[in-house]
Amino acid sequence: MNPLELVRAEPGPAFTVTLDGREIEALPGQTVAAALWTAGVTSWRTTRGEGRPRGIFCGIGVCFDCLVTVNDRPNQRACLMPLQPGDAIRTQEGTGHDD
Amino acid sequence: MTEPGLAVIGAGPAGLAATLAAAARGIRVTLIDSATEAGGQFYRQPAPGLGARRPQALHHQWRAWERLRDGLRAHVQAGTVRQVTDHHVWFVERRDTVGFAVHALTGPEQEQPAEIRATAVLLATGGYEKVLPFPGWTLPGVVTAGGAQAMLKGGLVLPGRTAVVAGTGPLLLPVATGLAAAGATVAALVDSADPKSFVRRSRALAGRPVKVAEGAQYAGQLLRHRVRTLLHHTVVAAHGAERLEAVTIAALDRDGRLRQDTRRRLVCDTLAVSHGMLPHTDLADALGCRVDGTDVYVDDEQRTDVPGVWAAGETTGIGGAALSLTEGHIAGRSIAARLAGRAPDPGEWAAAARTRAGLRAFFTAVDSVYVPPAHWAEQVTDGTVVCRCEEVSAGAVREAVRELGAGDLRTVKLLTRAGMGWCQGRVCGPGVAGVAGCAESAGRRPFARPVPLGVLARAGETEDQ
Repeated sequence: MNPLELVRAEPGPAFTVTLDGREIEALPGQTVAAALWTAGVTSWRTTRGEGRPRGIFCGIGVCFDCLVTVNDRPNQRACLMPLQPGDAIRTQEGTGHDD
Repeated sequence: MTEPGLAVIGAGPAGLAATLAAAARGIRVTLIDSATEAGGQFYRQPAPGLGARRPQALHHQWRAWERLRDGLRAHVQAGTVRQVTDHHVWFVERRDTVGFAVHALTGPEQEQPAEIRATAVLLATGGYEKVLPFPGWTLPGVVTAGGAQAMLKGGLVLPGRTAVVAGTGPLLLPVATGLAAAGATVAALVDSADPKSFVRRSRALAGRPVKVAEGAQYAGQLLRHRVRTLLHHTVVAAHGAERLEAVTIAALDRDGRLRQDTRRRLVCDTLAVSHGMLPHTDLADALGCRVDGTDVYVDDEQRTDVPGVWAAGETTGIGGAALSLTEGHIAGRSIAARLAGRAPDPGEWAAAARTRAGLRAFFTAVDSVYVPPAHWAEQVTDGTVVCRCEEVSAGAVREAVRELGAGDLRTVKLLTRAGMGWCQGRVCGPGVAGVAGCAESAGRRPFARPVPLGVLARAGETEDQ
């Protein structure tokens, strides 16, 4: 059993986005975080101070732990942002403004 | 001048119930929510593109949701309710001449301003999770229990394959059973609540037979999915290098201290953790509404002490979806009467008022049972990050208290930066207070979310006179 089977999902056609240039699949309506979890990725930024890995924590937009760079815009909340075909996700280092 | 009517902020159970009750009584309602779909956290729906044919498999009280959803659709089609989605409200401004202006951010990056006028406002902003710190809690793979549930309900994804669900509170039950039903192996449900305190509160808890039945249903599901339930146990630490690999748990003694000889390690790639819930009170606070402890004060009609502002649901005190529905319903009826210029007859909602009183009493008892271990802060090592945004360690907080004389949360914040990051102390507040040995104090945040300076500058320009 997986979540899609549990709710008998018939998703629209999957599309491709990239994570640091690598292609990953996403389903329509999924957020950045949902697609990354599906791809087995649980961390996508490092902290400003100690460079520690972070990913989803609160999952509802409160904690800002899941910040990520999408289409060259840093500090987007991965748990809230729905993906579009062709979106380019980049793991974010520090403030995301250094590169 | 046309009457702008009622603005409801939040499309969860409380906001939806109020919207339907007010709209049915002739009030024009604008329902404002940050999500793309109504439902809030409790009734969070899978994204439509995912084509879920049986979303109810992830939900409880589905029929109540269907009634709310269908009622909302009918009102939106009839033009009596305007539904505004993807709007993140950051401030509600009181204007003497035309009631209120609700300021929101919208657009793909939530940087475009939007303003909605209203004669009356209902705050149905819900709550969010409280998580107390422990070594390893910043590792990827450690998520809030509600966050794991939100990702499952909304995105149909699991954080990993093997989960431990831990902390304390009634929320752990649907999270553990939900993750198990969706295919995760739930290695254990670890709750610090002491079974003896259930016995002490048995009368108050048994007073809500529906809730007792709900509990029994969860117990059956836990059995079916072979989820081990460990009461009076706690998570001591999460382990891993780049992501979670295991957790250490231990039993608690009578005083709420660890029984060191019971420590054991559970291998898992997910820890879903929660120590209860906190109400969202930022908008109420900025409006000048009275906040008692962590809860927005309301009278019997769900009115705050600021004229024209009502509040319902978790923002007035954590109590679950059924209580939120009841409070929203009462608020909607009160608003309809007051906006029509008459005092409402509370006899009209006597049954709802009785339900509200019963559920509030039930959750008071629940709150006294589900408590974090009394000495949890002693387990937080000096090297543990307590403020996740600013990476402030417990050691730095303790130093601020012991060496620099900080005696309250505000001084700790000024000396350490704990609570000064993106989340503005929403996540670290209770943890920092516990580690510092200070009283928890209300957040006092001027805005409910980060606002671009340009938006802030323009928001002061009012074109109406």
